Amino acid sequence: MADNTTPAIELRGLRKRYGSGDTAVDALKGVDMRIAPGEVVGLVGPSGSGKSTLLKCLGAVIDPTAGQMLLGGEAIFDEVWKVKDLRTLRRDRIGFVFQAPYLIPFLDVTDNVALLPMLAGKSNKDARRRALELLEALDVAHRAKASPSLLSGGEQQRVSIARALANNPPIILADEPTAPLDSERALGVVKILNDMAQQHQTAIIVVTHDEKIIPTFKRIYHIRDGKTYEE
Amino acid sequence: MISLAARDIAHSWSKYVFTGIGLGLLIGVTLSMAGIFRGMVDDAQVLLRNSQADVWVVQKDTQGPYAESSSLPDDVYRSILGMPGVQQAANVTYFTMQVQHQGKDIRVMVVGFKPGQPGAPPSLVAGRHVTRSHYEAVADVKAGFKLGEKIRIRRNEYTIVGLSQRTVSSGGDPMVFIPLADAQAAQFQKDNDAIVSGRERTAANPAFNRPNVPGLLEAVQMSQTTSHNVNAVLVQVRPGWDAAQVAADIQRWKHLQAYTYADMEEISVKKLIATSAKQIGLFLVILTIVSTAIVSFIIYTMTLGKIREIAVLKLIGTRNSTIAWMILQESIGLGLVGFIIGKTVSTLWAPAFPKYVLLLPLDAVLGLLVIVVVCTLASVMAIRAALKVDPAEAIGG
Ligand SMILES: Nc1ncnc2c1ncn2[C@@H]1O[C@H](COP(=O)(O)OP(=O)(O)OP(=O)(O)O)[C@@H](O)[C@H]1O
Ligand SMILES: [Mg+2]
Repeated sequence: MADNTTPAIELRGLRKRYGSGDTAVDALKGVDMRIAPGEVVGLVGPSGSGKSTLLKCLGAVIDPTAGQMLLGGEAIFDEVWKVKDLRTLRRDRIGFVFQAPYLIPFLDVTDNVALLPMLAGKSNKDARRRALELLEALDVAHRAKASPSLLSGGEQQRVSIARALANNPPIILADEPTAPLDSERALGVVKILNDMAQQHQTAIIVVTHDEKIIPTFKRIYHIRDGKTYEE
Repeated sequence: MISLAARDIAHSWSKYVFTGIGLGLLIGVTLSMAGIFRGMVDDAQVLLRNSQADVWVVQKDTQGPYAESSSLPDDVYRSILGMPGVQQAANVTYFTMQVQHQGKDIRVMVVGFKPGQPGAPPSLVAGRHVTRSHYEAVADVKAGFKLGEKIRIRRNEYTIVGLSQRTVSSGGDPMVFIPLADAQAAQFQKDNDAIVSGRERTAANPAFNRPNVPGLLEAVQMSQTTSHNVNAVLVQVRPGWDAAQVAADIQRWKHLQAYTYADMEEISVKKLIATSAKQIGLFLVILTIVSTAIVSFIIYTMTLGKIREIAVLKLIGTRNSTIAWMILQESIGLGLVGFIIGKTVSTLWAPAFPKYVLLLPLDAVLGLLVIVVVCTLASVMAIRAALKVDPAEAIGG
């Protein structure tokens, strides 16, 4: 259940400046955000407004310049990184879904999903059992042994959602996950994200331009020129 | 954890097999090159081994009988036999000539020997040893003759009664063994015109053509047309005697040159190695560099083709070491595929070479080690490129 006292994600005055001097770009100019466990929020804004930058900061692949980031109440960034191993942080606590599914072509569907639990130290058998559960829940278990390149776009995107969920992370970051899909499939993906958030109490941020899915979010953050506004 | 490298190779196996075949042919050439060098050295050594001699006695101040020509009177061996420590001493002659076989010219080394003595052909692969003292021959299988066939050496025909193997000159020419007396005659034989004109010259000389001494002219002419020379005397020393000491004694008392096995190796093998080792060694170094460049290029290109997957792997928390290990394994895997193909093809095509190709297992093991090192070095560039990949790239713009 959503817990008001400890949000899954909390951002306070988050700033990101690319470069320095004359060419410096202030992509984030003090972003505040609170997302509860199990909540799916939309993040919309024009091109260049800082959406991807925000996801990269949260995803611990670029360094914010200032501010605070808290996951489940724990400050992972407070002017500097508070966790040493960002790789493990990404592996265990953050799920990623991209615009393109970016599946690993040389692993079959099951192992694409099972790879994360394997990296986290689970046995191959346990990792695959977990992967099959998720594939089943996402209705792609019938393609479990297939090579990802043989799947349809919608199937691939569901596999990539299964992968994001594999280590049961408290948050999922999705960057335009429905962009290449038709509206029926796009709505299907959003429904899956909502179901997963409900079931696993996962907080999900969905960056989107997609007019078809924007109305489905209960809560939307608008971002413009590096600042967020809640609707 | 699953092996990412094995999965990647299985996924793009056709690419691996084709590049592996290319690399394998290159490795095959490299191994053959080493085999040709070993074969050359072995040709030189086998000549010494086959002689079954401990000491070679040759003309004074020559490096005969293989590296330089040498000529000795053929009765010298008797006095050598009488020296302390000498078990056996036998005359031998060597000369190289072209013989005809089924319309083709073949270069052979004709060896004149005494049956059962040093210099005789070693164990045969077919037929029997020479038993008559004339017109029988044992030939190396490489000369192409069959048992019962005739071989023409100068003016006489010889019947092939036995076949030997790996009996070659230091240049790799197959040997033909014939009885010593025949060989002496053949080696120093003059053609008919020369004999006729030689006889006329002798007959015109009043010193030899004396009307009151019947038979003198004929005897002199006879001695001019038959030969009493050989190229070397091969000596076996008695058990317990030092070959070097025996050689030194022969040299001192007989005013001849005597070489031990080690001396002969110095003359024929070491010099050969000194010149061709550099030649072949440089070739091997170049081939190794070329292979490194090729493997580097292939692995680098393959890695660049996987940049996006590598970014995703990093984003989801794969260690750098896991990614580096994947690339290293793929590189070494490619090398192993190449090695297996290279070893196979070099073994298959070795008999097709006109000269002896000796593929030593040790060279194969060394080659394998070099390949592992080469593939490790070759993966460095690709690994560096992979480690530079930013996981943020997976998220994109
Ligand atoms: N690596 C970078 N170096 C310098 N400037 C950057 C870098 N990445 C992004 N920017 C700038 O930061 C600002 C925000 O970029 P960002 O990619 O976050 O926008 P976005 O909202 O994701 O846009 P889009 O909808 O087009 O994907 C832009 O002005 C962009 O040019
Ligand atoms: Mg973007």
